[in-house]
Amino acid sequence: MAAGGGPDVFLVSVSGEIESGQFPGLDELYCKFCFVYGQDWVPTAGLEEGISQIACRSDAAAAALVWNLPLDITFKSTNPWGWPQIVLSVYGPDVFGHDVVRGYGAVHVPIEPGRHIRTLPMFVPESTSRLQKFTSWFTGRRPEFTDPRVVAQGEGREVTRVRSQGFVTISFNVVTKDMTKLGYEVTPSDMESHSMSVTEGIHNY
Amino acid sequence: MKSRKISFTKYLMCYHVFSITGLPPVPSASRTGFAEFSVRERMREKLKAARVSIQNDFPSAEEAYKFFTFDFDSEAERKKTGIKKRNELNHEEEEAEEEDAETHEEGQEEDETVRTKMPENMQPRFLEDEGLYTGERPFVSPSNLNILENRILRQERWFGDDGKILALPNPIKQSLTRPPIFSLEEGIEPELETLYRKAIKVTAANQYLVGSGDFQGPFQLDIDISGLIFTHHPCFSREHVLAAKLAQLYDQYLARKQKNLTTLLTDKLHALRNAVQCSIEGGDAAAPKPIAQQSIPEYKMEIRQTRRLRDAEQEKDRTLLKAIIKVWKEMKSLRDFQKFTNTPMKLYLRKEEVDQRLDEKAYEAEIQDEINELLEEYREEYEKKMEEYKAELQEWKSWKRAQAEHTDEIYESDLGEEPVKPVPPKMVNSLEIEQQVREKVDSFRRKPGEPVLIPELVLSGSITPSELCPRAEVLRREDVKKRSSFIKVLFNSKEVSRTVTRPISSDFRVHFGQIFNLQIFNWPESLKLQIYETTGISSTTLLAELFLPVPETTVLTGSAPIEEIEFSSNQRVMLDHEGVGSGVSFSFEADGSNKMTLMTSGKVSNSVSWAVGEKGVPLIPPVAQQNTGIASALKSIDAIASIGTSGLTDMKKLAKWAAETKLDPNDPNNAALMQLITVATSGEARVPDFFRLEQLQQEFNFVTDEELDRSKRFRLLQLRNAEVAEFRNYKEVPLHEREISEKIFQDYEKRLRERDVVDSKHYLDARRAVVANYLQKVRESVINRFLVAKHHFLLSDLVNEEEIPSLGILGLGIFKLAEPKRPLKPRRKERKKVTAQNLSDGDIKLLVNIIRAYDIPVRKAVSKLQQPSKHSRSFNEMFTASPSAQSPGENIDWVLNQVLVRPFVEVSFQRTVCRTTTAEGPNPNWNEELELPFRAPNGDYSSHSLQSVKDEVFINLFDEVLYDVGEDDHERGSGIHTRVERHWLGCVKIPFTTIYFQARIDGTFKVDIPPVLLGYSKEKNLGNDRGYDSVRNLSEGSYITLFITIEPQLIPGESVREKFDTQEDEKLLQAAEKYEAECTSKFPSRQCLTTVIDLSGKSVFITRYIKPLNPPQELLDAHPNSSQITAELVARYVALIPFLPDSVSFAGICDLWSTSDQFLHLLAGDEEEHAVLLCNYFLGMGKKAWLIIGNAIPEGATAYVLTLEQNQYAIWNPSTGCFYGQFDTFCPLKNVYCLISCDNIWFNIQEYDSPVRINFDTSKAKLWKSFFSRSSPYPGLSSIQPEELIYQPSDKAAVVELQGRIEKILKEKIMEWRPRHLTRWNRYCTSTLRHFLPLLEQNRGKDVEDDHQAELQKQLGDYRVSGFPIHMPFSEVGPLIEAVHSTGVHTIDIPSVEFALAVYVHAYPQNVLSVWVYVASLVRNR
Repeated sequence: MAAGGGPDVFLVSVSGEIESGQFPGLDELYCKFCFVYGQDWVPTAGLEEGISQIACRSDAAAAALVWNLPLDITFKSTNPWGWPQIVLSVYGPDVFGHDVVRGYGAVHVPIEPGRHIRTLPMFVPESTSRLQKFTSWFTGRRPEFTDPRVVAQGEGREVTRVRSQGFVTISFNVVTKDMTKLGYEVTPSDMESHSMSVTEGIHNY
Repeated sequence: MKSRKISFTKYLMCYHVFSITGLPPVPSASRTGFAEFSVRERMREKLKAARVSIQNDFPSAEEAYKFFTFDFDSEAERKKTGIKKRNELNHEEEEAEEEDAETHEEGQEEDETVRTKMPENMQPRFLEDEGLYTGERPFVSPSNLNILENRILRQERWFGDDGKILALPNPIKQSLTRPPIFSLEEGIEPELETLYRKAIKVTAANQYLVGSGDFQGPFQLDIDISGLIFTHHPCFSREHVLAAKLAQLYDQYLARKQKNLTTLLTDKLHALRNAVQCSIEGGDAAAPKPIAQQSIPEYKMEIRQTRRLRDAEQEKDRTLLKAIIKVWKEMKSLRDFQKFTNTPMKLYLRKEEVDQRLDEKAYEAEIQDEINELLEEYREEYEKKMEEYKAELQEWKSWKRAQAEHTDEIYESDLGEEPVKPVPPKMVNSLEIEQQVREKVDSFRRKPGEPVLIPELVLSGSITPSELCPRAEVLRREDVKKRSSFIKVLFNSKEVSRTVTRPISSDFRVHFGQIFNLQIFNWPESLKLQIYETTGISSTTLLAELFLPVPETTVLTGSAPIEEIEFSSNQRVMLDHEGVGSGVSFSFEADGSNKMTLMTSGKVSNSVSWAVGEKGVPLIPPVAQQNTGIASALKSIDAIASIGTSGLTDMKKLAKWAAETKLDPNDPNNAALMQLITVATSGEARVPDFFRLEQLQQEFNFVTDEELDRSKRFRLLQLRNAEVAEFRNYKEVPLHEREISEKIFQDYEKRLRERDVVDSKHYLDARRAVVANYLQKVRESVINRFLVAKHHFLLSDLVNEEEIPSLGILGLGIFKLAEPKRPLKPRRKERKKVTAQNLSDGDIKLLVNIIRAYDIPVRKAVSKLQQPSKHSRSFNEMFTASPSAQSPGENIDWVLNQVLVRPFVEVSFQRTVCRTTTAEGPNPNWNEELELPFRAPNGDYSSHSLQSVKDEVFINLFDEVLYDVGEDDHERGSGIHTRVERHWLGCVKIPFTTIYFQARIDGTFKVDIPPVLLGYSKEKNLGNDRGYDSVRNLSEGSYITLFITIEPQLIPGESVREKFDTQEDEKLLQAAEKYEAECTSKFPSRQCLTTVIDLSGKSVFITRYIKPLNPPQELLDAHPNSSQITAELVARYVALIPFLPDSVSFAGICDLWSTSDQFLHLLAGDEEEHAVLLCNYFLGMGKKAWLIIGNAIPEGATAYVLTLEQNQYAIWNPSTGCFYGQFDTFCPLKNVYCLISCDNIWFNIQEYDSPVRINFDTSKAKLWKSFFSRSSPYPGLSSIQPEELIYQPSDKAAVVELQGRIEKILKEKIMEWRPRHLTRWNRYCTSTLRHFLPLLEQNRGKDVEDDHQAELQKQLGDYRVSGFPIHMPFSEVGPLIEAVHSTGVHTIDIPSVEFALAVYVHAYPQNVLSVWVYVASLVRNR
């Protein structure tokens, strides 16, 4: 069947790094990441999950906690549906030294090849009541998502309540292979051909 | 501006095309296209012409003059001042055409200015010229525009010297310039002070407002409600129903008579025939006139059509008349039958005699005419066909000839298709036609000489007075008298007035005769009537709502006709008297057949009209005037305002309005309207008889739906998205259509196909196939329900949150601080649980810890003495726990003679096998941990998939036997050659789901040892420790101590959060909930069961399941004198029904309880069903029995049966048929939570729940909390079980056949498992074994061992036989094969080994089958 010509899959190679985070008032944080992708996607190389070192704030860079955790993963896929998302979760100690979650966030891997910088707003689930909030603060067992991957899916989110918490900056370098051959257009064409194609399309229509 | 103009003209032209052309309809799209095209084309040509003139022509004198005088309009000039006059060069080429002057000049101007604003080398585009819609720009004065443009283009100083955007200083002054305001009143801010203003009438209220400027005073709408007639009413008696029908038919008759279509058509037919006749005759006389000649076929055509129409009309007349007479007859017979009359209706049939002779003549003539015409018609057709035939024949002949010429090149001509020789058409027979015509005419035309019947309906009949009527009828009449009705008038959905309440008369008419004058300001949005009925004093019900059309402006009071508007209501009324009710089916027949259901319906006669003012001016909101006058701005925007709501459905009006208001056809806002209008005005102007949402959707489809359906990839994606079982976890859908093989769908399609087709091939037994099919369907429906519920999330599904700790826990927490860090006796800590979703293959392991076993059968020396056979234990023996009597002398003897048994345990799970080391002796101690990998089906580790894992863990006990194989003595000296053989001793089976739900299984299990183990004996080994033995020997059999768990621990999925509908009383349910809550709050670990879910998904109170039922008579008759044996037999019967855990079939979603008859029909169920059936049987046999809800090993939460036997309690395990005394330590039931009888539930509130330590006396309120007590007594709930169970005797022949098939399959399997060796079957042994099996069944597997062995020994003296019978209830072949495989009989690889296998199937009533499989391996002794 492969002899029939043309590729059967397209490849998306993502490299980059989780550069830094801005979490005002928090320190000594580390982050975990994992990729979430649809059923038609298969990672062919690289790490799907990872965990960073603990980063402390310094006087030099005002608010940023620098991780510089490299990402490098290659996917192959047959279907753009379920485009990979990176899910981040940031943890750090609270007042009593318990390790608590400081933020969840997710973003799709950019679909266009090239270098991209993404800033992820992070959030954490809220306690259901004030009393719970107090006890969870006291015991250091704050509400957490059962699975960090929850933030990459849309289902069931309506039952949760979250508080925004800070930002994480990620840079992606995306390389794709065979997407155009398979009929998926992701690169924006230059202005002229773009505008022409629109009008042509309308005329045809 | 230009764009508007162009589009308007374009649009108008479109409409001209539409309205002017009287051409026959052609597809609309093309015409619109043409129109638009032509307009655009014309524009283009003009522009081109202009351009050409610019390039080629020299300026004329006039142009030159214009140029030099700078005679531009002021606007253009002002524009220019802003720009440098660079474009002067072009001005000499001002346009030539006069009519286009303005457009062109502006265009030219714009071209130039635009060019300066565009980047280099870019042509300006005008989207509107290309036919695209461009919205209207807001008006900005040109000077401002110019200033802005100039600023953007020329001035670069946007930023100041400081790099910031230039800005003016803050214009707000620092000091106040206005004097401060002081309030007159205290405490109120001056700004918030209120002032009185006189009210002004607000005019612009909504879009239906008319005449915003000049208010013309109130208008008036007169609504006349004259009356109400019910065509059906719940209080109608049967006679009324018929009367209403009759009246309706009569009305229809009158209407038809008035139209008199039949006569009309007959006349037309005559006229046509005459005309044809005339033209033919005329043609004969004079020269044939071409026109007349031409019109003859047309006439004939017309005649045919008319005749057909007339026939249809005549038929309708005839059937109507028949129907009237039929209903009348029914009514008469009804009156006779009920002996009273309710309606004054009477039907007279007037006969009009006709002249027989004349009539007959006319009749005949008619028939003849028709025949002639038909003949002619057929002849024409024949001729046509004949011609065709001739042509074809000619063709064929020529082909033949060609064929003959090219005989050499046959191979070539063979490639072409050989034309079939045409068949000449047939001529129809005139007799046949006559026959046809006469038959047809007979069926619906009056026979000659028959009198003409004219029905006449009069209301002159008398109604039987109430005194003479039966009671039910009197009741009905009284009920009618009590009823009255009124009508509410609603204007724009607001009630404005209502009629007086009038009683409903006995003929179901209500007269109101009221006129309501509505003074209105706006054009009415809706007019509505609501019909209410009141019964007695209190209750008022809304019968129906009906909308009145807003009258046309020409409908004025005085000239408005009374209209009847029908209504009907879907209300359901059931009455307890003669009234037939509404929405309830009733019948005229005595036997209740021919049911019909009528709904309340009727007619309101009313009229709506516009009032006429004092000066004769109609008081109508000025819509009509405005239509002719100046189009108001409002009206041109809103269609409803201008033509009224009723006009919206009238396409022509709408189109007219659209034409008048000059709608921009390119405006997307109008797209729907334009489409509608083009459709409506193109073909026939009619409203389509279908309604479509999103009529534009089709244009947005990528491909057609069929193409989409054909796409395999799309289908795959769709199925996966729908979570269809086969595709739910399908990974990597191929990108290309060609890579998807058809095979993927085959299984799925096969399943869909076979859903209804019962395939008995795989099941060996047609009945089981049916059951399997049914179960499959139930499973699917439940799973679908589950899949839906799975997408409902709770907070706890998404967020882990700690519970608020209670004070006690906090206290303990503090206490914990003082605990020793490393306690001497550590407690088992709870392991962390893992959610199943992020697991993959190889992550989960099954840990089996095999600790020890007791009482394993030992090898028997061949020369062993025969032991006296044991007797089956009686109840008493069990309770008294007497040690078996054996003399010490024998004992010593036995110890000396003991042949070692070397047992080991092999655990097999999902065909992975692990074994322990070999231990020695009948009470071995292994203490080994075995680790088996677990693989989930399809790699799906979701909890719902794990629950449906059907695999079982087999724990097999083997004896390792070493044989010396040294052939001769001299070999023995040099080395030891031994052969290891293993002999299966017994097994324990634990389903994976049990482990999954229990998290860990820890306990001592009875090993399932076959009743006969050849070469082994089950001895009482009383040798070592008497004290221990005396306890252990209470139960016979071998035991093994195990600890099984899954690593990592999995969280079992929760059941579906779904409230099931129920038919139970609300109070009972509340009580049940309260009871459950009370119980669980006291003993949270004990399960309290009050309601369960039946097969149809409804919750049912649990006691309804318990009811005495009859066991099969056959079992009761077997041992009539021993109740104990009978009880055991019944228990065995129940245990023989195959076990199928609900959680496997229904994926742990919910525990479904089927009733005993369903259970017997399905022949599959889990513990509850078995327990319920057994309990019901015991009750039916007159025992005292209860259902125990408790916890047992290894099943977990389960149901057992408790009986009271001779003041002792016995606990029955329904799925094995075994029973245990209350104080039996080996009883698998470990905890008792509640007891259930047919009329109560008792919850265990004793301190302990182990059966050994509790008191089963339910009368003690301190020990058992009962559901129904003296304060809330048992309400007498009816049982959902059947009155009696009916057993079908099993089909003996089928059983024998099944037996043969199983044997064959098993033998094949054994041979298949031994691919490298020859498998020999010892026929002699097989037949012997076959002979034994029925005996085993008869004795229920007891007490036959020794005789049996002796006999076998005798017959097969020179063979070493090892084998055993396996006993199973029959469900499918799969488990049988699995069981045989797990014994490992096939693993023996001694070259000379022979096998024997016999199968016996014993049938109990209702197809309950007990299967015995005897497997043995034989090795010849040398």
